[in-house]
Parts: sequence; C-alpha cells; structure tokens
Amino acid sequence: MNKLVRGADDAVADIANGAVLMIGGFGLSGNPENLLQALHKKGVTNLTVISNNAGIESEGIGVLLAAGQIRKMISTYVGENKIFEQRTREGTLETELVPQGTFAERIRAGGAGIPAFFTPAGVGTPIAQGKETRDFDGRPYLLEHWLRADFALIKAYRADRWGNLTYRKTARNFNPIMATAARVTIAEAEEVVEPGGLDPECIVTPGIYVQRLIQGAAYRKPIERRTIRKREPGQ
Amino acid sequence: MKDQDKRMLIARRVARELRDGYYVNLGIGLPTLVSNLVPPGIEVVLQSENGMLGVGPYPYEGEEDADLINAGKETVSEIPGCCYFNSADSFAMIRGGHIDMAVMGAMEVDERGNIANWMVPGKLIKGMGGAMDLVAGARCLYVAMEHTTHDGGPKILKQCRLPLTGLAAVNFIVTEMGFMRLTPQGILLEEIAPGLSFEQVQAATEATLLRSPHLREMPA
Repeated sequence: MNKLVRGADDAVADIANGAVLMIGGFGLSGNPENLLQALHKKGVTNLTVISNNAGIESEGIGVLLAAGQIRKMISTYVGENKIFEQRTREGTLETELVPQGTFAERIRAGGAGIPAFFTPAGVGTPIAQGKETRDFDGRPYLLEHWLRADFALIKAYRADRWGNLTYRKTARNFNPIMATAARVTIAEAEEVVEPGGLDPECIVTPGIYVQRLIQGAAYRKPIERRTIRKREPGQ
Repeated sequence: MKDQDKRMLIARRVARELRDGYYVNLGIGLPTLVSNLVPPGIEVVLQSENGMLGVGPYPYEGEEDADLINAGKETVSEIPGCCYFNSADSFAMIRGGHIDMAVMGAMEVDERGNIANWMVPGKLIKGMGGAMDLVAGARCLYVAMEHTTHDGGPKILKQCRLPLTGLAAVNFIVTEMGFMRLTPQGILLEEIAPGLSFEQVQAATEATLLRSPHLREMPA
C-alpha cells in the first residue's frame, strides 16, 4: 500500500468543476498550501468550499475566491477578507454562515455516520429559521445536519506512507475532522516517513481516513497577526 | 475617560472574578486584555476555541510561530501543561459545560440576558465564529464592553434590536460604569464606578436598572 502520489498537481487531478471541498485551516494556520496552489493553477470553478473562513485576499482560500473559482462558501466567519465580506453582503457569493461549534460537529457527524443532531447553539437567533427545535429536559435545541464533501484537503505535520497523520500545535484545528468526512481525503505533510516511523500513541488521524498523500514543499506559513512582547533584559 | 483607560478598568474588574482552577475562554479584543491581569497566586487555564488549552502570552520577537495562534489569529505562546485538540473536541468542551467562564464583547445586551454581537443588517457581516456556541455552553458568561456606543447611545437595552447571538445567556455585564448581575427580575447594579451616581448610570442605560441593596464602589 502506498498512498503517496507524485505531487500536488497529480493529487488534485480529478477534482472537477462543481466539486464540494472541505479545506483545513483556521484562517491561514494549517492550510494545505501546496494543494491550494495546485487547485488555483488547475483553474477549476463553481466550487463549494467548506472551511472556517477564507484566509486573507492574497493568501489561502482567498486566492481561489479572488479568482472567481468558488460559487459557495460554508463558513463561520467572513472577516479578515474584504472580498469575502463584500461579496457576501452583495449576494454575489452564496455564503452559509454556521456557528463554529455547529460547523465542527456537522463535519464530525459527517465522518461518523450521524446524519443529524441537536445543539443549543443558535436557538432564538436567525440561524434557527426553518430548523426544527425540540426541548430536552426543558431546554430548546436546534436540529442540525451533517456535512460531507467530495474531497477534503488536509494539512498535516508528519505522515507515514499509509496516511497516518500527526499535526503541529494549533495548525491541527479542523484538519482531523475534515479528514473523516470526505469521499476522498488528500493530505499534504511537511515530512513523510515509512510505516513505523511515527509513534502509534501519537497518531491523530488514523490512515484509514486518508486516500492520497503528498510530500509538501516550500511552506511559507504566513502569519495573519504578528503579536509579540518585549524581551526584558536577561530574558 | 480615554477609551484605553475604560478598557483597562473593565479588564481589571473582570480579572477579579478569576478563581484558582478555572478554565476560561476570552473573546477577541477587550476580553483578551484579561489574560495579562490574572491575580497572583492562582492558576487559570485559558482556552482558545481553535484548539488549545494553556494559551500563554504573546511570544518574544523571533519566536512567533504560524502554527501557534489564538482565536483572534494572533501569535501566542505555550505555558507548561498546555495541550492541543481538534475543533470538534474544542466545542464539545464548550457546549458540554466544561468552560467555567467565558468573557466576550457585545454590541447589545438586554434585560433578559439576550446578547447580540455578530451582525448589523445591511452594514456589517463578520459571522458569528464561535460566539453562539460559547454563549450557549459556557457555565458563566461575562459581557465585557464599554457602557455606550461611540455616539453615546445605549448598549444595555430593554430588548435587543440586532439579530441575536443567544437567548438568556448573559450572567454578568462589566462596563466602565459598573458591575451588573442578570437576575430573573432584571439587571441588578451591584457595583458602581468611583465618582458616578446610580442616576448617571441609569441615564446611560435603556434598560431599567435595579439598585442592589448592597450597592458598592467598583474596585479598580
């Protein structure tokens, strides 16, 4: 078994116009940079993208959005990207805004074979319109449905050839749950090792969820908000 | 009072609510200031909904890491004992009632504890991010905000006018004018900023405030 494919272009070769994609990352942190570039280069359009937000105008998913490749976004937040915000307000982009916990749970449910669930988030808000509300133990909850995709594009830190994945710090975010919720999961990793090269106790995504893997290259890892503190003398 | 002074006053008062062993989620902006004001001698663990417990201060210059950010997408650092988890686990701990205290800003709060802070129809759409889950799931919700809008208009209302983030969710409101508790009868003013009268706070508030029989000066 070898899930390793030659490069990002090969990995996204069968992603067609109109595909539904999950793309990992929280803003630019934990984005699959190589796969996003390949998708941009390939020029596929009419995409539905399920991702927490859309990076900034010139980075991450923002590049696909600026190029007009995306028809619909399912996200929790449009801020930090003026094009996303403006096109959502104008209605030239179909945007479904979802509370972040509901968003995460819908993806988890999609991967776990649970078609719907009840959550307290959003009761009494515009999000509740048209949704079933049911009381449990005297408190109202909203019915929410699973999310699934044709492809998930995932960024891992280390991987083995069988698709077992580890992540690094908060770059983990939505990547492990998205890996479970697509028909085809394509992962890129900073380092790919032979099976046995990862500590089995530390594997976060079991390889069963991953169909394709690439060795990522030339990571730029842009920082959205560089916040630092002053070093006191002696530190 | 300058905006920055107001914000620090509010953050300092919120910080006095922290207790040893609390797991706390701080929202973006003013609430983040609380992280620098943890009282000495207690251990508090900060949660960031993008998947971290044990968020530390901003990193020293040169130690910034694109893989280590808070929910405001600012670079942060680790404290010893920190851990990472995925976004579904993060919101399971939020909705599941495991977060002792959440602090967030608001555009509007009303007498029933309803809160609005995610959109202004026709003007501003940012998205709710994790706010709807936090207000529904945190054990105790503190709203930390300036008492009025930039134009001096009220933000503490009889009934919210903006689209809601959550129903009957707010437990406490902390502003530069006072410290308020949401009760079944309405908003109880328990502490008042030095130099202000009850009537002055009421005049800046659309909701009818209840005067606590133990009304005292808000500690700085």
